[in-house]
Amino acid sequence: MKKSIHVSYFAILREQRGLGNEQVSTYAATAGELYEELRKRHGFTLPPNRLRVAINDDFEAWASEVRDGDTLSFLPPVAGG
Amino acid sequence: MEFRLSDRQIEPTMLLASLEDTRAGACVTFEGRVRGQSGGRAVSSLVYEAFVPLAEKEGMKILAEVREKFPIVDAVCVHRTGSLELGGLAVWIGVTAEHRSAAFEACRYIIDESKARVPIWKKEHYADGTTEWINCATRGPGAGGQPPQGG
Repeated sequence: MKKSIHVSYFAILREQRGLGNEQVSTYAATAGELYEELRKRHGFTLPPNRLRVAINDDFEAWASEVRDGDTLSFLPPVAGG
Repeated sequence: MEFRLSDRQIEPTMLLASLEDTRAGACVTFEGRVRGQSGGRAVSSLVYEAFVPLAEKEGMKILAEVREKFPIVDAVCVHRTGSLELGGLAVWIGVTAEHRSAAFEACRYIIDESKARVPIWKKEHYADGTTEWINCATRGPGAGGQPPQGG
């Protein structure tokens, strides 16, 4: 079944995508599969091992299942301080 | 204990007042300021972006860890978002404790863990007109995912 996922991009990913949020329709089973799908589509430069993913505002593993209606946020390497 | 992001100028005087406590014999503060040079390039300004709900959640987790690890009285951390000029205050941390060594160590822990874990991103604008998202290079010396030098 196709799922509808809300995706948020930050920092360099937001700039490479050209927007901060979008609704994505996907067959991806996991967060990692969804990132690879979007990376191919939009040419993101960062490989997944440099990123973290949050599902519904909590850090999760790339192997986590994505469910219809989830919000996924792809987080580039942080640089606060 | 408080960890929050602010899109306005940080006011250390008010934060210090919030840490007043007669149980504390030590108060250690740290200010992270915007440097005029980075990796040999002249910086003109910078912008911080954050994933606010997760940043504040992760920040509060760091403060909870600090309370477990060190005998402190209180701890506050405020980190800026938005655009900052050179010399601007990017992050302010204050820790009170009965004795100084816990306050020093806890303050160090908070800034080190915040830099490593809290979803905040820094974009530097250089005097030559170029820009760069720090730690996000996929080519060149910064490409390994490690910051080339301490910030």
